[in-house]
Amino acid sequence: MKRLALAAALLVLATLPFWAGGTFYVNIGSQILLYAVFALGINILVGYAGLVTLGHAGLLGIAAYTAARLLNGGYGHTAAVLAALALTLAAAALFAALALRGSGSGIGFVMITLAIGQIVWGVAYRWISITNGDNGISVSARPSPLGFSLASPAHFYWATLVVFLAALGSMAILVASPFGASLRGTRDQPRRMAALGYHVWMIRFLAFLLSGLWSGVAGLLFLYYNQFVSPQGVALTASAEALLMVISGGSGTLLGPVVGAGLVVIMKNVASAYIERWNFVLGAIFVAIVVFMPEGLVPGAARLWRRATARATVPAVAPVPAPGEGPAQ
Amino acid sequence: MSLWLVLAVNSITLGGLLFLLSAGFSLIFGLMRIPNLTHGSFFMLGGYFAASLIEWGLGFWPAALVSGLLVAALGGVVERLILRRLAGAELAQVLVTLGLSFMIADVCLKVWTGDPVRIDTPPALQGVTSVGSFAFPTYRLAISLVAVAFAVALWLLMDRTRLGAMIRAGVDDPDMARVAGIRVSRLFTIVFCLGAWLAGFAGVIGGPILSVYPGLDQEMLPLALVVVILGGSGSLLGSLVGSFIVGFLYNFGQAMFPELAYVVLFLPMLLVLVVRPQGLFGRPAV
Amino acid sequence: MSLTLSRRSFLAGSSVLVAGTTGLPTRARAQSKPIRIGLLTVKTGPLAAGGIQMEQGTVRFFKDRNYTLAGRKVDLVVADTGGNPAGTKTKTQELVEREHVDMIFGPLAAFELLAITDYTAQAKVPVLSLAAAEDMTQRRPNPYFIRASATSSQNMHPLADYAAKELKFKTVITLADDFAFGHEQMAGFQRVFEDAGGRVVKKLWPPLTTPDYTPYLAQISGVDAVVQGFAGSNPLKFMKQYRDQGLKLPVLGGGTACDDALLKSLGDESVGLISCSAYTGDLDTPSNKRLIEGMVRDHGNIPGLYAAGLYINGQVAEAALEKTGGKTDDREAMNRALRAVALTDTPRGPFTFDHLGNVVGTFYIRRCERKGDKLVNTTIKTYPKVSQFWTYDEKWFLAQPVYSRDYPPLKG
Repeated sequence: MKRLALAAALLVLATLPFWAGGTFYVNIGSQILLYAVFALGINILVGYAGLVTLGHAGLLGIAAYTAARLLNGGYGHTAAVLAALALTLAAAALFAALALRGSGSGIGFVMITLAIGQIVWGVAYRWISITNGDNGISVSARPSPLGFSLASPAHFYWATLVVFLAALGSMAILVASPFGASLRGTRDQPRRMAALGYHVWMIRFLAFLLSGLWSGVAGLLFLYYNQFVSPQGVALTASAEALLMVISGGSGTLLGPVVGAGLVVIMKNVASAYIERWNFVLGAIFVAIVVFMPEGLVPGAARLWRRATARATVPAVAPVPAPGEGPAQ
Repeated sequence: MSLWLVLAVNSITLGGLLFLLSAGFSLIFGLMRIPNLTHGSFFMLGGYFAASLIEWGLGFWPAALVSGLLVAALGGVVERLILRRLAGAELAQVLVTLGLSFMIADVCLKVWTGDPVRIDTPPALQGVTSVGSFAFPTYRLAISLVAVAFAVALWLLMDRTRLGAMIRAGVDDPDMARVAGIRVSRLFTIVFCLGAWLAGFAGVIGGPILSVYPGLDQEMLPLALVVVILGGSGSLLGSLVGSFIVGFLYNFGQAMFPELAYVVLFLPMLLVLVVRPQGLFGRPAV
Repeated sequence: MSLTLSRRSFLAGSSVLVAGTTGLPTRARAQSKPIRIGLLTVKTGPLAAGGIQMEQGTVRFFKDRNYTLAGRKVDLVVADTGGNPAGTKTKTQELVEREHVDMIFGPLAAFELLAITDYTAQAKVPVLSLAAAEDMTQRRPNPYFIRASATSSQNMHPLADYAAKELKFKTVITLADDFAFGHEQMAGFQRVFEDAGGRVVKKLWPPLTTPDYTPYLAQISGVDAVVQGFAGSNPLKFMKQYRDQGLKLPVLGGGTACDDALLKSLGDESVGLISCSAYTGDLDTPSNKRLIEGMVRDHGNIPGLYAAGLYINGQVAEAALEKTGGKTDDREAMNRALRAVALTDTPRGPFTFDHLGNVVGTFYIRRCERKGDKLVNTTIKTYPKVSQFWTYDEKWFLAQPVYSRDYPPLKG
């Protein structure tokens, strides 16, 4: 049953360019998928490690800016992509080392990641010789991996779909793996984990690196999709929006970040054409989610589904034994 | 020489405004452990309310008090209907307070439009006060006094009144407090309303300096966060000292290191957090 | 909160229905297909003030023309970019690929424009924008771009001329928001001011979101005047804090520093401010009168740069369409017609376009004064036929680096 649903979903996604109704909607699909990759990466920390981060747009930006600079400097796409990911990983290591100081979690972690994100944004704004400041950097061409040009919306969509599936797949593997289990352990019972001999700091550090890597991948997709990067992509609002995608969809679940990404992208880009006060509506949706499904859209929907299907199968009531006839205590 | 003096005095006056802004946040976060990301919106809303009240004939100080009450009422509704069920659910608190800030910002845009709204300095405090050959804006000096007055009042509340003792008990151990007969939930509503009142009031006090405009909420919230984090959450003294430290960093940092204008607050905050995660006056995390 | 349809596509639907059911000959049926114009503006967030006025000015124009240009009905599609480049790109794609617009008005900000310029040039969609980015019509021109307002420096050149020659200022300090628009404005002022014998002593750049300008205000001394180029809501904040600090030096401002639409929010602190703008409310042309009356009636406020600029875009589109006989299928011809427009009765007075698509028109020096309980900007001097290159030779100008934070460099 689950396999069938999965296959159906895959088919729907893969054929989207054919039924979506125009290149505009294909592009929306690409955006949802690339932000889903970003949100999935953040979810590693927020959902599975229990560490709320408000600075990951900084990592996305580092990847995007690095690739943009190298591409405009005459380097090929492969070099740009590899360098961007390498630099993002190094930055993630540095950020993790800073953020995991002290108790390593709670408001301190949030504030350190916020501060780091703001510093990256400030550098992007101010270091005009490298980043071109608020005018941003344009990239003229998308890559053609293995001869398959990504210039058209449909082709770019399929490439993004492949990356998205890889991200989703690696999340699934992570969750099922012993590392994933120990990661969730450090979220739920950090002191007990430490007492059991787990190196809590190292586990969190590796999780941060992994989430940073996927943020870098998202940054490359962001750059190639927009063919433009500017400090706005690195700002606090970008980090906050991604965090909202994770929380509203359901942190600590596989599909939650994806659904959250879909919600925010569709509200911002599609619904905003029909609803003038879409900002208000988006805020109201977030509040409604917290009131009715505080664990997120995906777990909440699953809960409602279970309740609906459970009602359909009422179990037969076993006869109550008379006093004195019950099983021996 | 005069540059440094102007900056030093302004550090104190800016610190005063920052204290009024962040005291509410520190109260709510320190006592209820709720990161109230709607705090900036409360600040902005207070300013907008007062601008309208003043236009309808109310004086500056009455408008400030009434605006605070209006924002406090909104805060009370939010706390009772929404935040109350979310104790300990940090992520849900983040989501709902951010969602509310979107809603409030959009309503303000619709009602007061996108143009900046001015709040005139109260006539008695306009102009400059001369000390020797130096002149300082009178209103800003007044703000520092107001801030100190509120700091003392809040400290007296927390330390010398029964309400303050109940609040502190409710924070240290809510269950024991309930057992001892303290109505902790009602206490939390009072604290949230107080925090919201302070934010709205601060928005009015800041109005003559900042005016009120869309985006003010997003500009002020990070400042409140920096103050509370630097000073240590839950500590009123921490908020006060943190406010002045941020005031100094802001003024001297921007004047002396213009290249670092964007990171002049966040870099020191980062350093403090890395070295001392609980802030200068906060208690170490349990 | 009511849900408002922000597109007026019922006109499109009804006109297509009429054409389809009346059996008109094909050419007439094609003529009755509406002209589709997309408006990229910012309706949410900190830039909303200007963005909302852009929409008001656009709608004002089309209402004046009954949504008909050159005999064809006009379909206006309004898109909210959210004020960020990625959002602008998405909305532009929506306008081009889903709405199939014939031309685009807007976007508001330079960084939004830079994100979409390659895309719109490729799609051959004419863009009529107020975004002031210099290189859009200088070193990296977009052949389908038309700007009827001004480059960042175009109004600062005359202001500097006025400051040096008529006000006889010798030294100034400049303050502007620390982003490209601020940099380009002050650079333009500096070049002309220093060529006229003046000297810019210091250039200060508060970040775009600065709550307290005191650290910068405290550094002002020893000069004849202060030049500021703040935009959005910042001019009010800045001028209040300027006066609060007890500073009394004369203040000169760019177009956004004392925009007519901002006057209702400004107060005594701004009286005496001298600014130079492409638009001024006291210009006595019939179209300006109509625009102001309509805006006051509909929205209770006089128009400023943004509303007037979009009204003028409407006039430019109208003039071009009359030249092409209402045809929009030949993009190249329409673009040529747009760039060839020359008008005299507009809210900003007479203007033409140079070969790069930028306006050559009159700029107005105004002083902010109090008349009763209102503030007004009174024109005290006009500079006609000002181009983006001022009095410099175009080739020489373009051979210099683009205006930026550090160019021209400070003397000494």
